Amino acid sequence: MGGFPILTVTTFLPLAGAAFILVQRGDEETVARVSRWAALWTSLATFVLSLWIWIGFDPGTAKFQFVEKANWIQGFEIDYHMGVDGISLFFVLLSTLLTPLCVLASWEAIHTRVREYMVAFLVLETLMIGTFCALDLVLFYVFFEGVLIPMFLIIGVWGGPRRVYSAFKFFLYTLLGSVLMLLAILMIYRTVGTTDIPTAMAHQFPRTMQNWLWLAFFASFAVKVPMWPVHTWLPDAHVEAPTAGSVILAGVLLKMGGYGFLRFSLPMFPDATIYFTPLIYVLSIVAVIYTSLVALAQDDMKKLIAYSSVAHMGFVTIGTFTMTMQGIQGAIFQMLSHGVVSAALFLCVGVVYDRMHTREIARYGGLVERMPKYAFVFMVFMLASVGLPGTSGFVGEFLVLVGSFQVNTWVCALAATGVILGAAYMLVLYRRVVFGRMTRDDLRSILDMDMREVAVFAPLVFLVFLMGVFPSVFLKPTEQTVAELIRKFDAQRTAAVADVGAVAASSRR
Amino acid sequence: MQLATWIASGDLELGWALKFDQLSAVMVFVVTWVSAVVHVYSVGYMSHDPHKPRFMAYLSLFTFSMLMLVTADNLVQMFFGWEGVGLCSYLLIGFWYHKPSANDAAIKAFLVNRIGDFGFALGIFGTFLLFQTVSFAEIFAAVPGKADARLHFLNFDTHALTALCLLLFIGAMGKSAQLGLHTWLPDAMEGPTPVSALIHAATMVTAGVFMVCRLSPMFEYAPAALAVVTVVGAATALFAATVGLVQNDIKRVIAYSTCSQLGYMFFAAGVSAYGAAIFHLFTHAFFKALLFLGAGSVIHAMSDEQDMRRMGGIWNKVPYTYAVMWIGSLALAGIPFFAGYYSKDMILESAFGAHSGVGLFAYALGTFAAFLTAFYSWRLLLMTFHGQPRADHHTMEHVHESPWVMLIPLFVLAAGALFAGAIGYNWLVGEARGDFWGKSILVLPQHDSIEAAHHVPTWVKLLPLAMALSGIALAYVMYVLRPEWPAQLATRFRGLYLFLLNKWYFDELYWNVLAEPAMRLGRVLWKGGDGAIIDGLGPDGLAATTQALSRRTSLLQTGYVYHYAFAMLIGVVLLVSWYLLTRAG
Repeated sequence: MGGFPILTVTTFLPLAGAAFILVQRGDEETVARVSRWAALWTSLATFVLSLWIWIGFDPGTAKFQFVEKANWIQGFEIDYHMGVDGISLFFVLLSTLLTPLCVLASWEAIHTRVREYMVAFLVLETLMIGTFCALDLVLFYVFFEGVLIPMFLIIGVWGGPRRVYSAFKFFLYTLLGSVLMLLAILMIYRTVGTTDIPTAMAHQFPRTMQNWLWLAFFASFAVKVPMWPVHTWLPDAHVEAPTAGSVILAGVLLKMGGYGFLRFSLPMFPDATIYFTPLIYVLSIVAVIYTSLVALAQDDMKKLIAYSSVAHMGFVTIGTFTMTMQGIQGAIFQMLSHGVVSAALFLCVGVVYDRMHTREIARYGGLVERMPKYAFVFMVFMLASVGLPGTSGFVGEFLVLVGSFQVNTWVCALAATGVILGAAYMLVLYRRVVFGRMTRDDLRSILDMDMREVAVFAPLVFLVFLMGVFPSVFLKPTEQTVAELIRKFDAQRTAAVADVGAVAASSRR
Repeated sequence: MQLATWIASGDLELGWALKFDQLSAVMVFVVTWVSAVVHVYSVGYMSHDPHKPRFMAYLSLFTFSMLMLVTADNLVQMFFGWEGVGLCSYLLIGFWYHKPSANDAAIKAFLVNRIGDFGFALGIFGTFLLFQTVSFAEIFAAVPGKADARLHFLNFDTHALTALCLLLFIGAMGKSAQLGLHTWLPDAMEGPTPVSALIHAATMVTAGVFMVCRLSPMFEYAPAALAVVTVVGAATALFAATVGLVQNDIKRVIAYSTCSQLGYMFFAAGVSAYGAAIFHLFTHAFFKALLFLGAGSVIHAMSDEQDMRRMGGIWNKVPYTYAVMWIGSLALAGIPFFAGYYSKDMILESAFGAHSGVGLFAYALGTFAAFLTAFYSWRLLLMTFHGQPRADHHTMEHVHESPWVMLIPLFVLAAGALFAGAIGYNWLVGEARGDFWGKSILVLPQHDSIEAAHHVPTWVKLLPLAMALSGIALAYVMYVLRPEWPAQLATRFRGLYLFLLNKWYFDELYWNVLAEPAMRLGRVLWKGGDGAIIDGLGPDGLAATTQALSRRTSLLQTGYVYHYAFAMLIGVVLLVSWYLLTRAG
């Protein structure tokens, strides 16, 4: 393709920033300061670059764009192959948007090993962007698994008191899933002869093999999403992770699972997808209702939001597997919206945690009297999480439910009960933290958000309303890709059905 | 009028648009008038509140959302306004956020409305599935062609339009506080009184009625759904009136009265008298807002006292408030030539004129409810203004008429309560109604109950009036001539009294059957499901097993040579037998 390798530059720019921070020398104070600023500028520059990708993106085609391809491992048909399409574009942007906000949010909260912390975040950013841009299975696997390492360190080093337990739980759960995915990738390589994703997408896998491969990928993605019943690592990881860790975890890492379904499971294994769709529906509905009820019973703010994430991601998996235009676009939109909203909610928890060093809901109350700005911001994201029309949360949920109604009214009706429960736990949370009378003496001197915190939240508030009022901005670029995905899916499916017919006919003869 | 695209995904395309027809026009008229009056009134009422800017901001946001709702040209934008007014209602009920009861009421209002919205949303999805559009104009054009369509909903194969209308009606029930989903409305009185007047009497709660009328082209082809609307409306009209009889909080009495009047509007719509429903909505907005603001003026005068048992004997101290409360009550009771007379009688006559079983049912319940309405209205008037003063001395000294900024809005509304009926009658339900409504409301010729209402026997027309007058008379007897009767009755029929006082135990029922078990189930799933089962069998269990295994394995290494030798021997035996067996097989 030639031209400026923008994806590579965007992907590896944070890594360069990390290298720069690593070579800093001096006393701890100076290094910490330089690391903070370097991390902020690097991540901001990355964000600007990624905006350029969006501007240059042509929404009129379903093809991969900004493609870069170079031979990577000689003689094995494994390439360095990058590109974005309508599905991955906004996930790249989500990653590049949240990283500078995370750096800002950690500005004062992190005082120990600042340099290492910032390096971990920048490396994490590179790996996240890489995951969404990779068009080669091995490359994807490297990025996808690589993400685990900095995240593991962020939880394990800068986390709360039970950080080691949580970090290991997180690591083991996700690794178990990925081992199966690695086997599946090897299998695909043996069958197709290359690990190139577009080539593998065009390949027709035999029916039984599809089922096994689908299950192997499912093991990995279901843990990441996370789907019930492999979700229990998430609340623990969130509770122990530092605020920014939770933000990335909820904002981007969970989306890798949903992205994986869209990138691999649906286009490569259409027959298996149809075969397993009921399973996905059941697990997702259980996730939506079960985790909403569990969220209702939580005493810890972060745990509550973590459980709500599981419920919201349940909508994503339902939408993805409806195989309708609205369902899939809704699922993508819901992921973006959840990326912004849950990230913001964790930041909201972080704001009060930084001041009071507790996440226990009962320790708060009446914050609105001292913190009106905070109360407003929290209210916006609470409402977005509840899915109020006009905010981003509504569009995703609405489209997913429209899609699911066309496929199965039971799925739609049961999932919609999650909307009621979602309102219940969020309103109760908000009421207990922000409203009511201020009864605790130590809260009386609590300070409202400062400029830095306002700067963190301002872009997120803007996005929530932009996505709610003009969602077309984000729906349009995904349109062609999703339409093409569905078209191919239907075509491959009918081909498979025709094959079965032919086999049946021949066996009769 | 299309403004911009909102959501476009596949066949689903919907925009930000304004649709302005006669139906919206009536609603816009009501909304803007009452809203303006309430804004003015609030300046006086909230003058001592430190959060006045926040209050005004919410109020204006509400007006915006309400206008979006009534001018929507598609279902989803209507839903946007619908949720927007719900949000404002939530914010304003919980306006005094330090009061736990206000917070509870706010959350309750939001959640009960969410349950209604659940039905509304499913109705929208179903409509899209059936018509491939959510735009009103396109749906209405396609309805006759889909009159016999079937919809497979859950496990039922249903008549599509009936199923959709019922789902949408669940939304209307939530917003308009109909029987079953009404529990939030009385609690909503925790909000400031101007809010009760604007949102919980005149505008927002009538959105459900508006929705049914707006969707009349759909409901007309779903007679079964209309029958349900009629029965629910009539039952609510009677139920709320019975509860209103025994409440002691002045605002709650009016709240139940609102609930009851909304029931009238619904059964009017249910018998296809959409014009009458909107007419009653129109007149009700004036006299009910008047009653609320009047009650607010009383509360203001009584130093924030809301319990009628601690009022009384103040009529000559607040003469203007007293006068407008009379006007409001006369209008509410349907006394001739006041606004409510025209609209309420038209509704009852239409119900009778519909000549259907449910229509007669509604007429009977509605007429009896008219008796109860008159009774509780005069009970309120007499308890509040007449008799011995029951407030403490200190409060009585401070009783004062409200300032002009509050009184003028009352006069404006009083004028509405006096004349709105006479003025609106001809256009909304009289001779000119056909020309007035045009295409904004569809009534199939065989359903034209308003036409039939003009030809009902005279006794049908007179009965509601007689009931209302006897209600007033009874209230006079019980609260002026024989003030000891109410207490005696309450003791004699203690069970019934408590049943009514506790609002038929709906709150307790919902709390025990829904809210509390949900919380308990959540805890069980968390500790049991996540903690014991998933983690216990999953990661924690695996970790524990691995540890235990490794410990046991390490026990094997005892250090005695004969142990190792014995183990090796067993191993050799096993290996050899396996080899032989497989070779043999």
